[in-house]
Amino acid sequence: MSQTVFAPWTDPAAKPLIRFKNVTKRFGTFTAIEELTLDIYEREFFALLGPSGCGKTTMMRMLAGFEDPTEGSIELAGEDIVKVPPNQRAVNMMFQSYALFPHLTVRDNIAFGLKRERKPRDEVDARVEEMLRLVQLQPFASRKPHQISGGQRQRVALARSLAKAPKLLLLDEPLGALDKKLREETQFELMDIQEKTGTTFVIVTHDQEEAMTVASRIAVMKDGALMQVATPSQIYENPNSRYVAGFIGDVTILEGKATKLGDAYEVRWAEGQPPLRAKSTLDLADGAECQLAIRPEKVEIHGEKPSDDNVLQGKVIDIGYLGNISTYHVELANGQIIRAQNFNTERDTRRAFTWDDNVWVNWTENCAVLLDH
Amino acid sequence: MRRFLLIAFPYVWLLALFLIPFAIVLKISLSDVALARPPYMPQFSWDEGIGAFLSQLDFENFTFLTTDDLYWKAYLSSLKIAAISTVLTLFVGYPIAYGMARAPEAWRPTLMMLVILPFWTSFLIRVYAWRGILSQEGYLNQVLMWTGVISEPLTILNTNIAVYIGVVYTYLPFMILPIYAALDRLDGSLIEAAEDLGCSRRSAFWLVTIPLSRPGIIAGSFLVFIPTLGEFVIPSLLGGSGTLMIGKVLWEEFFNNRDWPVASAVAIILLLILIVPIVLFQKNQQRQAEAEG
Repeated sequence: MSQTVFAPWTDPAAKPLIRFKNVTKRFGTFTAIEELTLDIYEREFFALLGPSGCGKTTMMRMLAGFEDPTEGSIELAGEDIVKVPPNQRAVNMMFQSYALFPHLTVRDNIAFGLKRERKPRDEVDARVEEMLRLVQLQPFASRKPHQISGGQRQRVALARSLAKAPKLLLLDEPLGALDKKLREETQFELMDIQEKTGTTFVIVTHDQEEAMTVASRIAVMKDGALMQVATPSQIYENPNSRYVAGFIGDVTILEGKATKLGDAYEVRWAEGQPPLRAKSTLDLADGAECQLAIRPEKVEIHGEKPSDDNVLQGKVIDIGYLGNISTYHVELANGQIIRAQNFNTERDTRRAFTWDDNVWVNWTENCAVLLDH
Repeated sequence: MRRFLLIAFPYVWLLALFLIPFAIVLKISLSDVALARPPYMPQFSWDEGIGAFLSQLDFENFTFLTTDDLYWKAYLSSLKIAAISTVLTLFVGYPIAYGMARAPEAWRPTLMMLVILPFWTSFLIRVYAWRGILSQEGYLNQVLMWTGVISEPLTILNTNIAVYIGVVYTYLPFMILPIYAALDRLDGSLIEAAEDLGCSRRSAFWLVTIPLSRPGIIAGSFLVFIPTLGEFVIPSLLGGSGTLMIGKVLWEEFFNNRDWPVASAVAIILLLILIVPIVLFQKNQQRQAEAEG
């Protein structure tokens, strides 16, 4: 059996499930979304990621039907849904506050949407049982929402929004109220459920780790615009801007001027420091302003000067021990701090480097990302 | 010691202002009418002793209440008027509370103030003012005749309709405020969730808003029903000879007939009838507190 990679966005023949076309949304004089165009495909787990106020929740509310775009159109499976009221859309939403009905039991909460469709009773009951099984809540079916834990409430909300088998499920910060450990477990559960049900998920989150874990593609948003839409690894390894590089993961940014040198660029970035080489497909004029983004885990740290490219000398000023990894803050002679991460692969070994040690850091020319804005 | 005082205070209050007066009324209800001052006997005296005193008390007045059908008819009529008034007040009060809860945040204190404002004038004067509105030559009839809705003045004053108008007007704030409190707490995303799951606006209202404001509806209904049951001022100012309410009967027994023992018996029975809704009301409040806790 040949394993085909799930990437409908690379297939020009694929029809998107959702299509935002030049969507603008204004609240009074405030523009929440500006001229936004975006395609989301069937079976995708799509994450809208950004700080609060970036417009990600507005996008989701427009999909659910609680807000109308000021301009532009939104299509679901080829049909314009702008004029369709929320109760007639094949879209369900899991609310950030869960919005469970406090006067109904877990079972009745899950059955709520099904009962509105006036389906036969045994059909509704069977579907509710199926949903209870999916989220493993059968023992709690007769309890009221205030009688179960936060994690269980989250699962009831998920089951309720999946019960009608929507074409599209919207998740508004679904794990925001859970503690870290439960959140991580639930992320994998969510992915599992998404795969089992084959539903298209759109998740809104401000937690980059969450987006990286669950999503097939991530849209990084800022001030009502999309900064980059790509797979998690592309976003992480090939950010297209300083903003995206800084928003996802840890990064050290060095500013300088680029000079083309074969298939790479040489970046002169500070007096008295050697120029740095970085491979890039960007087309920059000689002497153009640019930034180098370097992820800490790509930076090696040495006690002796290595003979490679991109070597900088400095002093360890801070060590952050996280158990599995340690982060070293290395201060160069010009005051610039470079972060380097080492995996602690062995137990009880004395750290190779300590405070005030004189060290060399380096990375390969493939590892640094050249950015032009 | 300080703790004891703190706990003792409400008990002393209850004893002095409720239990002792209640015991006095109960004693009078078991006494016989007398042409004396006070107009009942026996009076307790130390010479005869407590045994002789107690032996003179009997349930004669309570038996009397069952022989004259005026009394049970008055109780039933009061229950009916209180129940109808409560439903009317709910129908008038709920939309007002709903409108207040959905009004812009900045308006709400003003709206709340407007609801409470009538309390700043004497209740008696406000009810009396309705006579001027509802009488044959009153403002209401003038306006209706002037606009041509009616050609003959309506007889409203001194009927049960005037009593209903008076009760709804007087007790409306007691209905609005608890319902408003319940609706104000209602999380707007619940309505959105209901719509998201396929409800129309209207069915979301019946399936989510109404059930979640139920504690407020129940509290408001009891707050109207309980005082209306024993209401005296409104039926005597606005009601007519056909308006039979136990509060009026009580007044007549006390002040027109000067039959204190029978009047006290009427009052004791009224109190016993009121205990049922009061206990239910307390249960509702307690359940609500638990649900929120």
